[in-house]
Amino acid sequence: MQFRCRSYITGEAYLKNMASRQTDKMEKTQKLLDSDLQSVDRAEEFVLAAARKLGFDEDEAGQIGMAVRECTVNAVVHGNRYNKNKKVHLDIETSDTDLTVVIGDEGAGFDLNSIPDPLAPENLLNQSGRGLMIVQAFMDDFDLHPRPGGGAEVRLVKHRPQS
Amino acid sequence: MSVKLASRQVGDVTVIDAAGRITLGEGASAFRDAIRDLATKGSKKVLLNLGEVSYIDSSGIGEMVSGFTTITNNGGQLKLEGLSKRVKDLLQITKLYTVFEVYDDEADAIRSFS
Repeated sequence: MQFRCRSYITGEAYLKNMASRQTDKMEKTQKLLDSDLQSVDRAEEFVLAAARKLGFDEDEAGQIGMAVRECTVNAVVHGNRYNKNKKVHLDIETSDTDLTVVIGDEGAGFDLNSIPDPLAPENLLNQSGRGLMIVQAFMDDFDLHPRPGGGAEVRLVKHRPQS
Repeated sequence: MSVKLASRQVGDVTVIDAAGRITLGEGASAFRDAIRDLATKGSKKVLLNLGEVSYIDSSGIGEMVSGFTTITNNGGQLKLEGLSKRVKDLLQITKLYTVFEVYDDEADAIRSFS
């Protein structure tokens, strides 16, 4: 399968990672967005602003913004199915080392294996199915998991530029 | 700004000049309609000029692929010109560089149809 979940960390590595995160100065912003396409623009704008503030160049900020756009589209269209009673949950977390964005929906959940490999020759001319591959190409870490309380949640991480 | 589309004729090649954002919603829909319109009119030689496109998402790419399929199935050709670095990167990531003929120079693109 072409999709990789690169940020699942277990055991000793997990504990080490958590310990280092606790020493970081972290800031977290949470947004609750409606299930419409305006929310896609808003999510991208929020994260773009955060990325620029953290010193990402325009090229990298644009990639982060596009990754967030693709995931928010998935949450609105495939997760919540434009349901006005359901929300998109956007968390933007910054630390000394990373920009982390978590996007959750209130849909029925999602299985990465249900997406045909968009790079397989027989799928190259499919109209859809490329979004998450682009997300993984643009971000340093990506994982998809069930959201506590229902739905799906993606976690995107981009390491901050080192000065 | 959503996408702005204008078509012009260079010999027997129809050039679509696209500008702005081609993203899910209005932008991608307008893009799809423009290509379908050309297919309906029987255009066989179509050149998409993306030189002024500032942003394209996976929906926009999907519409481009769909347009390629529609024109090709009608016995025509759809080619691309003027891609930004971002769009070139996206075509590399999605392996669509192996599908589309891409040109930097419009004159070269026009000549390639003959």
